[in-house]
Amino acid sequence: MEKHCTDSRVKGVSTGTTILAAVFDGGVVIGSDSRASVGEEYVSSKTINKVIQVHDRIFCCIAGSLADAQAITKAAKFHLSFHSVQMESPPRVMAAASVLRDLCYKNREELQAGFMTAGWDKKNGPQVYVVALGGMLINQLVTIAGSGSTYIYGYIDAKYKPNMTKEECLQFATNALALAMGRDNASGGVAHLVVVTEKGVEHVVVPGDKLPKFHDE
Amino acid sequence: NVKEFCGSAVRGIINVETVVNRVMNKLSPLHDKIYCALSGSAADAQTIAEIVNYQLDVHSIEVGEDPQVRSAATLVRNISYKYREELSAHLIVAGWDRRNGGQVFATMKGLLTRQPFAVGGSGSSYVYGFVDAEYCRGMNKQECQQFVVNTLSLAMNRDGSSGGVAYIVTIDEHGTEEKVILGNQLPTFFDQ
Repeated sequence: MEKHCTDSRVKGVSTGTTILAAVFDGGVVIGSDSRASVGEEYVSSKTINKVIQVHDRIFCCIAGSLADAQAITKAAKFHLSFHSVQMESPPRVMAAASVLRDLCYKNREELQAGFMTAGWDKKNGPQVYVVALGGMLINQLVTIAGSGSTYIYGYIDAKYKPNMTKEECLQFATNALALAMGRDNASGGVAHLVVVTEKGVEHVVVPGDKLPKFHDE
Repeated sequence: NVKEFCGSAVRGIINVETVVNRVMNKLSPLHDKIYCALSGSAADAQTIAEIVNYQLDVHSIEVGEDPQVRSAATLVRNISYKYREELSAHLIVAGWDRRNGGQVFATMKGLLTRQPFAVGGSGSSYVYGFVDAEYCRGMNKQECQQFVVNTLSLAMNRDGSSGGVAYIVTIDEHGTEEKVILGNQLPTFFDQ
């Protein structure tokens, strides 16, 4: 049976995942699906966690080759811990995002990954930064990336509100990931969510059967 | 009565550098109470719609009554399937008939399926999540129109090939109503 290539509706490189980060009143939620795929046919892991901790209150998510993701975050963790020793204080989220941006920009020929960095620091509170594929750094309130993200742009635009409560934001993020996983075959598994606030870090894992169901399921 | 509707965002585009027409109406009547929404190559889609319009007229004379929506969709599907290698257009067929009320059929690449709602075209990828979350069976006419307008607005906001005005056609047992919503009257969302 021959394979038909349908038009690519993904902007830029197709990276099989869905990741999202959103700011709420007092913190950020950062989340991802858990599917790792090789090509478009084989799921090599159903439960991989794509939300990576680079410092106590700073996390990042990478859409792209998972090998690149692990290599970059390892380098970033080292840079950041050195930086925080030099400054004698926890690093700012902007510092973490800049470190990742520099790594991304210097290696933009070889890398195929988009980053988002989210966290909390004392100076600016909760923040989300996006490093786009070429190395541009932007601060946004809510951001999504990965192949599954195209299907939820409309949902995010319609449903995100600034200054939500933590519960509302968690529900929003879970719904968005569930909708993306429902339509994108390169995203799936469980939803990994991390909530970062001044008080600390909380991991929430929503297994596949507990994800919200929508009208056709 | 579940009424199922289709709307269409509007901008005709031939290649990525040129906008040829900013206000093309992509809703084409196939019969009094059956319309189709065009997407993909405008030339292919318009031609299919014209051919099916003619075939449906002949069919409705032969059976002596108004055609069913499923018949119209089948005619579209037959053309889409026969010429699937050459054509690149997707038509969504929707309408009302006495037998089954409001119906929506998708006919992409020759597959015919009846669905509660259908989205298509380049802007559709961005709103799959939204329509999955927001659609519910048993909406009334106003709710459904609002749902369609919201969906179009969100898609037009994100898709570079969609924009301009929104054309909405509402079909039920009482008749057909066409409406145009200008760009600045569309609902706005976060970040606009």
